[in-house]
Amino acid sequence: MGMAADDIAAMIKAALPDAEVTITDLAGDGDHYAAHVVSAAFAGKSRVAQHQLVYRALGGRMGGELHALQLTTALPT
Amino acid sequence: MSDTNSRIAEIVNGNDVVLFMKGTPLFPQCGFSSRAIAILDHLGVDYASVDVLQDMEIRQGIKAFSDWPTIPQLYVKGEFVGGSDIMMEMFEAGELQQLMTEAEVKPAA
Repeated sequence: MGMAADDIAAMIKAALPDAEVTITDLAGDGDHYAAHVVSAAFAGKSRVAQHQLVYRALGGRMGGELHALQLTTALPT
Repeated sequence: MSDTNSRIAEIVNGNDVVLFMKGTPLFPQCGFSSRAIAILDHLGVDYASVDVLQDMEIRQGIKAFSDWPTIPQLYVKGEFVGGSDIMMEMFEAGELQQLMTEAEVKPAA
């Protein structure tokens, strides 16, 4: 069960090449993560649309093997 | 599937504020649902909740309904607002309170 933090970051970057991805393993159990994703691709998009971009990058794993991923998104400053 | 969709649409359109969650407001069965309830309680708004653990069709259907893979999901006046992360971000920015005010949501009884 669960995914490695590096795999999560790699999948997000594959879909959003400019993304800066910071993954925190919240519980140290390889199952509860927080991801902060910074990408110019979020420009002009609602929070829901920004999160959907990231969820799509994770190709259906979100809510499945990745059941606990806290997500925050932001534009590059 | 379309039956489930129309059931969901009925719930979403029939309640000013509705949270699809795991468990109940008194006994949330997941940390994210618990956080969503804490935010709604803090805002002091009147809301309905649907326990997706009691209904497998809705549990699966709600994910397709808003192209959103996780639960909880918050809807205000028929519009999908987000999951618990977005609720928290909006709450911290004062935007969720503003949304409830603009939607003229009733305060909790």
